[in-house]
Amino acid sequence: MENESKNIFQSVKMRSENLKAWFGTHEVLHGITLSVPEKYVTAIIGPSGCGKSTFIRCLNRMHEVVPATKVLGSVYLDAIDIYKNSINPVNLRKKVGMVFQKPNPFPTMSIRDNVLAGLRLQGIKPYDAHATVEKALTQAALWDEVKDILNRPGLSLSGGQQQRLCIARTLALEPEVILMDEPCSALDPIATAKIEDLIQELKSKYTVVIVTHNMQQAARVSDVTAFFYLGELIEFDRTEKIFTTPKNRKTEEYVTGRFG
Amino acid sequence: MVIDLTEKQAFRERMIKALLFFCGMVSVLTTLGIVGILVFETWGFFQHVSFKQFFGDTQWTPLFTNQHFGIWALVSGTVLTSAVAIGTALPLGLLAAIYLSEFATKNFRLFVKPALEVLAGIPTVIYGYFALTFMTPFLQNFIPGLSGFNALGAGIVMGMMILPIIASLSEDAIYAVPPSLKEGAYALGANKLATIFKVVLPSSFSGIAAATILAISRAIGETMIVVIAAGQQPNFSFDPREAIQTMTAYIVQVSLGDTPTGTLAYQTIFAVGMTLFLFTLLLNLFAHHLRRRILKGHL
Ligand SMILES: Nc1ncnc2c1ncn2[C@@H]1O[C@H](COP(=O)(O)OP(=O)(O)OP(=O)(O)O)[C@@H](O)[C@H]1O
Ligand SMILES: [Mg+2]
Repeated sequence: MENESKNIFQSVKMRSENLKAWFGTHEVLHGITLSVPEKYVTAIIGPSGCGKSTFIRCLNRMHEVVPATKVLGSVYLDAIDIYKNSINPVNLRKKVGMVFQKPNPFPTMSIRDNVLAGLRLQGIKPYDAHATVEKALTQAALWDEVKDILNRPGLSLSGGQQQRLCIARTLALEPEVILMDEPCSALDPIATAKIEDLIQELKSKYTVVIVTHNMQQAARVSDVTAFFYLGELIEFDRTEKIFTTPKNRKTEEYVTGRFG
Repeated sequence: MVIDLTEKQAFRERMIKALLFFCGMVSVLTTLGIVGILVFETWGFFQHVSFKQFFGDTQWTPLFTNQHFGIWALVSGTVLTSAVAIGTALPLGLLAAIYLSEFATKNFRLFVKPALEVLAGIPTVIYGYFALTFMTPFLQNFIPGLSGFNALGAGIVMGMMILPIIASLSEDAIYAVPPSLKEGAYALGANKLATIFKVVLPSSFSGIAAATILAISRAIGETMIVVIAAGQQPNFSFDPREAIQTMTAYIVQVSLGDTPTGTLAYQTIFAVGMTLFLFTLLLNLFAHHLRRRILKGHL
């Protein structure tokens, strides 16, 4: 089944092969093989605890930030195995950015400094800081709302604005892939709609992988959808197929809301 | 289900309440009493000595026939030793806190935190002798012209004394920084050091500042170390190699000496005590303000 989507979308941006992940001795991913198509939105759905977060955290090597964790298998970005010894996870994360479930702007920084935080944390002096800030905030659909208050603390914004600020912060690094772990679950419907629109815009330039609990959201924003269950990839296909004619009974039960 | 209190139970409740109220009042009354005496005696002192003599002079010789009352000679001693102490304790304490919260294993952390508290429990008289008989001779190897009693040795040892306060409280503050902020930094391609210095430390600034202020107020109030190792010489100087006298050390000198009560020389200790009290009060108010900000979630 995963070959199918590979044929549909010519170019594969990231690919996991037989990816296994552990917390301590608890194996939470049992060998996931999945291809993320370039410049499309890939949704990951599945019941709570099935390993969605763990999976996308393996894609930018954030899983290993948690103590006592382990990963086996390969993940390719373009043709490079990111779990190779010679790969520095710090450099990888510049290419594969991540947006978290709860907006987490840096509390001691202004809106402007939050956008520039990634560059500054890497010790890069932006060539034209103002242009970088404006560009990232514009792409994150936040510029008009904050252009006159760039020096206010990032935390002074609403939850939805904070989340778009976190997206802007990631975009400022000009990554190739953006991972989003339930980016709207802490937001109200209006803020959610804005972020969903934004994701649609982003895919013209970026490859997006989004974890969501919200079936309608997956159906609205994604091009392909992967259904995870108990640490396994059960089905992976074009989104409309997953939601209209899934092949697997478990998938059907889940997307029709019979469990999960 | 409602249970009526019997007459006897109600009486007991009232008695216990009264007892607890009394216990609470003891500390309040003690504080008021101390402040009252300080204010009263200080007022008496300023009947004989003008503000100009007190704040406009740099010599402090109330025990000599040629009396001078320039408080700055004592304030400089206090500020000097405290500055050396903070200069020693802040960098070391902060590095220790960073190590404990970000690098050490859980077991090491569980072992070191109580050990730090033991260090804080050593009687200060022992620190005093350590400063006099070890630190000063040791420093004299490198610093020619360091007198046998000096602000430097006393200050450094005082720094060791307040180190646990800074390390332990800063560690709490650093540990309390939400992991989501660190993850945010890592996800932006930051390495561990950048994350610590640009995200974690700024986010725990209030807690570290509160710890530092608390440590400064301990240093300012510290008595034994400076009495033993810093000399008893009021000296308006900011050269740490010289002997000095702090406000606290002066109070000890007069209290233990044969200065008759009721004399002007005797009253000086209340004026000095009042100055010391105002110093620490201001610092504590500031620390309290910072703590409130932390509790309210401002940084
Ligand atoms: N920090 C952790 N330490 C130990 N086990 C963990 C940790 N985080 C997650 N797990 C376990 O790993 C498994 C997968 O968790 P994961 O967070 O990937 O699930 P998820 O699909 O994202 O769930 P949710 O939809 O609730 O976010 C779960 O069984 C969970 O209990
Ligand atoms: Mg999750």
